[in-house]
Amino acid sequence: MNAISLTPEDLAVAALLILVDGALSLVLRLDLHRQILVAALRLVAQLLLIGYVLRVVFALGSPAVTLLIVVLMTLVAAREVAARSDRKFAGRGNFTIASIAVTAATGITVLLALATAIRPHPWWNPHYAIPLAGIVLGSVLNAASLSLDAMLDGVVRERAAIEAQLALGATYQEAIRPLIRNAARKGLIPIINQMSAAGIITLPGIMTGQILAGMDPMEAVKYQILLMFLLAGGSGLASVGMAFLAAGRLTDGRQRLRLDRLKA
Amino acid sequence: MRTESFLLLFFKKEALSSIYAFMTVPGSSDGARLRVSAPAGDRLAAVELALDAGKCLAITGPSGAGKSLLLRMIADLDLHEGEAWLDGRRRSAMKGPEWRSQVVYCAPESGWWHAVVGAHFGSHYPLTLAAQLGLAPGIFEREVRLCSTGERQRLALLRSLSRKPPVLLLDEPTGPLDPESVARVEAVLLEHLARGAAIVIVTHDPAQAARLGGEQLSMRGGRLSPA
Repeated sequence: MNAISLTPEDLAVAALLILVDGALSLVLRLDLHRQILVAALRLVAQLLLIGYVLRVVFALGSPAVTLLIVVLMTLVAAREVAARSDRKFAGRGNFTIASIAVTAATGITVLLALATAIRPHPWWNPHYAIPLAGIVLGSVLNAASLSLDAMLDGVVRERAAIEAQLALGATYQEAIRPLIRNAARKGLIPIINQMSAAGIITLPGIMTGQILAGMDPMEAVKYQILLMFLLAGGSGLASVGMAFLAAGRLTDGRQRLRLDRLKA
Repeated sequence: MRTESFLLLFFKKEALSSIYAFMTVPGSSDGARLRVSAPAGDRLAAVELALDAGKCLAITGPSGAGKSLLLRMIADLDLHEGEAWLDGRRRSAMKGPEWRSQVVYCAPESGWWHAVVGAHFGSHYPLTLAAQLGLAPGIFEREVRLCSTGERQRLALLRSLSRKPPVLLLDEPTGPLDPESVARVEAVLLEHLARGAAIVIVTHDPAQAARLGGEQLSMRGGRLSPA
């Protein structure tokens, strides 16, 4: 690979486009110039920081440090899922179930990739494990939060229908099944869209990056396909897992619908 | 109570409840179809109720007094302390759905989970009962959203009645109905009472309570008292 190395001057020129955005906002009174500036500064600061962290972690080559980073990333993603849903479980319920769903979905997918397709040496090599976990987490976060939101919204909206079934002697499982199905479906839609649009409507980011970095397009495509499959797997697990976990927390041993467990 | 504390010397509390499941508990052997015993909770005072087969209990009282809460508690739809018996069988010895399929709660706002009315009934529509309630056979093919509030109310009642549960908990079943429909519903309820069902009905109409010919209690601030 012969990547064309970027200099700070190159980035400075690209940053002019941010100034153009800011100027447009001022002229058209979009009132977004401050937000654009702050977002751009955050982007630079956050990415530089993670760049340095990754450099250090790669150099250390320690399994413990690699695991620590992956766990931190997972917890941040779980927190994000928990915070994004409109309705929430009381206490730390949202975070608890989000952590379980996000950790399981990401763990299974990433370990599968490391054990089969990619097979780095050692298998936990941070150079592979961390970026993989990162990209899978992005997808998992999206799927889990859509699914959780759909589930909690659904039970509140369909309360009368669910309780009417329970009151007639239906099991909780029977009454909640359509809602689980709906929530799981909601979480899977983005990745389906992404897969169908890839290559025609969008050139996926990973592939674009690798081609820009000098990789042969066919090699880049193979990587992109692998990653898309991983993302689809992670999304599916996260979305279905999240729906079941939320449904489980909304009932008790007497098979009631426990909406009192949601924050008022 | 004394027996219980005595037995507690030998058994853990969980073990006791499974022993109780196999024997008749003192107080429930008087042949009542439905018996309820619950300590005071957050919004309801302590409740002691017994209702024989074929009897109707009407509960009146202002909105927000806890009438629906009481019915939901008996149906085991809300978390609460206490116990209930159906023909002497402890509720805690049955699974939730098993209890609720026999002690059926009919909410004031009916819930629907299929688009078409008929899908909420089994393969055989209860056409005779529907006719008695003033519902034409064609209504089973209609979409739920196209039915009026009164029709939905009677359909929900039909849905519960057609399962012939031994106990019915009716939460303002005739609220949105015209006088003729009210009379039809009451006639059907009297028929079910005659067949041995026990009915607890929440109503705003003291006359209705009299027409159904049962005991009448009034609920105020979560507390039941003779009306």
